[in-house]
Amino acid sequence: MWNYIPHTREDKERMLEALGIKSVDELFEDIPKEVRMERNYDVPGPLAEDCLVRHMQELAGKNLHLGNCACFLGAGVYDHFVPSIVDAIISRGEFYTAYTPYQPEISQGTLQAIFEYQSMICELTGMYVTNASMYDGASSFAESAFMACSATKREKVLCSKAVNPEYRSVLRTYTRFRGVEVEEFGYKDGQVDLEDVKGKLNDKVAAIMIQSPNFFGVIEDLASIAELAHSKGAMLIVSADPISLALLEAPGKLGADIVTGEGQALGNPASFGGPHFGFLAATEKLLRKMPGRIVGQTVDTEGRRGFVLTLQAREQHIRREKATSNICTNQSLCALMGAVYMSAMGKEGLKEVAKLCYNKAHYAMDELAKRGFKRAFNAPFFKEFVLIAPKPVKEINEKLLKEGFIGGYDLSGQYPEIKNGWLIAVTERRTKEEIDRFVGIAGGEVR
Amino acid sequence: MNIPENLKYTKTHEWVRVEGNKAYVGITDFAQGHLGDIVYVELPEVGSLVEAGEALCSIESVKAASDVYSPVSGEIAEVNDALEGEPGLLNEDPYENWIATIEMNNPEEVEALLDAASYAKHCEEEEEAMG
Amino acid sequence: MKKPVELIFELSKSGRKAYSLPACDVPEAGEKIPEKFARKIDARLPEVFEVDVVRHFTRLSQLNYAVDLGFYPLGSCTMKYNPKINEAVSRLPGFLRLHPYQPEETVQGALKLMYDLEKMLCEITGMDRATLQPAAGAHGEMTGLMIIKAALEERGEGKRKKIIIPDSAHGTNPASASMVGFEVLEVKSDERGNVDVEDLKKLMSDEVAGIMLTNPNTLGLFEERITEIARIIHGAGGLLYYDGANLNANLGKARPGDMGFDVVHLNLHKTFSTPHGGGGPGSGPIAVTKELAPFLPVPTVEKEGERYYLDYDRPLSIGKVRSFYGNFSVMVKAYAYILTMGPEGLREVAECSVLNANYLLKKLRDYFELPFDRWCKHEFVISGNRQKKATGVTTLDMVKRLIDYGFHPPTVYFPLIVPEAMMVEPTETESVETLDAFAETMISIAKEAEENPDLVKESPKNTPVARLDEVTAAKRPVVKWDFEA
Repeated sequence: MWNYIPHTREDKERMLEALGIKSVDELFEDIPKEVRMERNYDVPGPLAEDCLVRHMQELAGKNLHLGNCACFLGAGVYDHFVPSIVDAIISRGEFYTAYTPYQPEISQGTLQAIFEYQSMICELTGMYVTNASMYDGASSFAESAFMACSATKREKVLCSKAVNPEYRSVLRTYTRFRGVEVEEFGYKDGQVDLEDVKGKLNDKVAAIMIQSPNFFGVIEDLASIAELAHSKGAMLIVSADPISLALLEAPGKLGADIVTGEGQALGNPASFGGPHFGFLAATEKLLRKMPGRIVGQTVDTEGRRGFVLTLQAREQHIRREKATSNICTNQSLCALMGAVYMSAMGKEGLKEVAKLCYNKAHYAMDELAKRGFKRAFNAPFFKEFVLIAPKPVKEINEKLLKEGFIGGYDLSGQYPEIKNGWLIAVTERRTKEEIDRFVGIAGGEVR
Repeated sequence: MNIPENLKYTKTHEWVRVEGNKAYVGITDFAQGHLGDIVYVELPEVGSLVEAGEALCSIESVKAASDVYSPVSGEIAEVNDALEGEPGLLNEDPYENWIATIEMNNPEEVEALLDAASYAKHCEEEEEAMG
Repeated sequence: MKKPVELIFELSKSGRKAYSLPACDVPEAGEKIPEKFARKIDARLPEVFEVDVVRHFTRLSQLNYAVDLGFYPLGSCTMKYNPKINEAVSRLPGFLRLHPYQPEETVQGALKLMYDLEKMLCEITGMDRATLQPAAGAHGEMTGLMIIKAALEERGEGKRKKIIIPDSAHGTNPASASMVGFEVLEVKSDERGNVDVEDLKKLMSDEVAGIMLTNPNTLGLFEERITEIARIIHGAGGLLYYDGANLNANLGKARPGDMGFDVVHLNLHKTFSTPHGGGGPGSGPIAVTKELAPFLPVPTVEKEGERYYLDYDRPLSIGKVRSFYGNFSVMVKAYAYILTMGPEGLREVAECSVLNANYLLKKLRDYFELPFDRWCKHEFVISGNRQKKATGVTTLDMVKRLIDYGFHPPTVYFPLIVPEAMMVEPTETESVETLDAFAETMISIAKEAEENPDLVKESPKNTPVARLDEVTAAKRPVVKWDFEA
């Protein structure tokens, strides 16, 4: 007997009898003999629950986690505070053991929560519509390129080198097989190099793709880039940090046509890189080019407000090979975490988080600049910044790790042109004491 | 089911009305009935070229999306903008509410299309095949 | 009549808050955000206190149906029980709070888990290597097809731009194919519900990259001529892609690798008990033969002595399909599930899920049209055609009526080749008593359809909302809260 399988011996006998067969093997006789599995899988188990827990604790114990160290590493995943109510809500079986809300009469909980999520993301980004979530920031960025190509009937995009390398890597993979060309342009003082863009932009380009704050933490001049893109009939795609949007102007107000991003910062634990969620928001004109599920408001036969999955004719289960995307399962529960987080933090809380990040990051930058680190770019930044270290970053990070700190991202792999480049992220969770110690160790006070 | 005598038809359920060199194109009563409530019409672009048998535009109902195939070749001269705001017009009167007009570059193509009687027979056969 | 739950925005009152943050302990930054970049109008997020948030979302949760509440016979979705212990262990801080770029020496436990899970999935599928990166089934399909395309290009066979997909396939199959730039050729099903092998032979050519198959297929039927299909495809230089949506029926019984498949995707959120989360997150690992292993996304997890590491140095790799390494927490749950079940338990899963499906089919077969009359595997397809012809009650009407009786509807109107289709997958985690109750309900609904069609057409009645106006929702989409209203 197994805890998750209810069949007693009597049950099985009764069922076999009803089917008029002697053994369950008879139900598998249409499997050709040469492919039938005649042995047990060579996998471990079964483990009783207590033994499983012990085993899992042992494995988890081999990892250093963010509760046991102070993390100054960002580069796409951030150690933000997550209020306890987020996990309390998403741990309700009614949410996490539900299927996709295809039967609206018994899925209003998920549908309304996602409608609220969509409303909040539209507020932050200043856009007309957003979908119910994408896999992550990288895949939503890549899918947005296809939206722009479809809307402009062009097959090339320009992408900034200051976009997260993970996103650019995914963009390359997605576009390579679909036959969309990607050309990258450079950065100058950490920001989009407008001259380089001008040289590469023409009426074959569907979109200019950027990130703001970008991978270096630097805030981009969206309005100028939007103007440039639109002058050639191209779109502007912006990948944005949702926390930063509490303080930074909504990209929609500055001319962005599509705003995507990684939602992890909104109430999702780091989880070794996932699951998190990607968001994808766009102008009204692009409504029917959107990939994935969208929740819409309507009424029932008795006139009560209710919510449904809408504009489904865009999607794979109806349009099959002509669908806007193949996405089906998304990251719904992670988006719900985002909605609960945004509800909990609210209008003032999100601003407070953003201000704390901003002030602490600038404090850390100022202090490190006093200890032999040089600011790489003078452009304005939000919660992350690049320093030029006096020696290889690896050495500094190793020293920090010994003292219980996870140091910044070593840029030498992806950006060898920035010699000893060190990308530091400072969230609201870092205390002045931690920053001071971090600065001290990195600056050579502890040997 | 309404199948006006004065129109020509395709097996894919479009109708054509010819005025000089201009062809008015729409979908038939049979087509709108099977699609159900039409919620969106993605109109073609004026000035674009289309071949007979090619997709002219697509029509969406809640649970289906289907292409409208052009019965003739030519250049899209006009599109019925009213359908943008009120796609349900295609359900109300599919013959009054054309989708686009095409300036034909091969008017003889019309000859090959079905007349009302043959089209009615075709619809009957399809109904049967669908069970 | 139940009152709808307010939107969180309707609860908002200026001055309320549901968070506490420490005071700022550093001096305010001297450098200000330049005026032209600064936000002018605050984002109108709700202002509520903590009790509001908790009650709001708890009330919303109560409007949902869920596996924890009852039977969820959704065909091809494998809505089995989601073990609580998996949730608990996935939340151990040593798994939940890891940064993906932490130094490798600080995440050896996580890498070991991924390494071992890959090994287990390879053993279960009969393949050589796997990637855990894809975030969902469709994402896995896309990744698998990219691998096929890259491998063919590497072989100098880039002209193979078509892919064969059965007419019974899930919509993600053709949609994934076109994401990767393949043209779809549809192969017909034969009278036994299998791929029509004669039709397949006609379609196969040197322009075809391969075939995407689900086995058991979406009709719940095992492809009896699978080895012959594999010979035809391989013989003509193509590759076989296995859609793992229905792997539950094969656990411990038959492996895709042994059937001749070259690429296999798995849905950890179906077969391996991780929750669907109201639409995600899932996880869609891809397992491949050793010939295709060089094309897997980067990074792979490798082992050297006792040390685990991430390998990015794979020149033939298709690249990345998402950031980092995939939905790690979902992997933890699937790993825990496999360890809990062990080899005998996994076989028991397949046997009981197939026994359940056949038992339920037996009980229902006299009351509904049955398009294919054979032993089914873990699911079966019946049709509401008889009821529709008799009284105009559709499959949709009947399954909406099921809701009134406390059951979730089965998958409907799919596969497309069966009119008025109902696709029922009971899974192994349902008891004979539940199946009996469901069957009795279905039978009484069939009777209602005959005797009282309006009752069925107007269902459901006992739900938070009745049937919703989807036409207006699609014609005039309202996709966000109107703050101005």
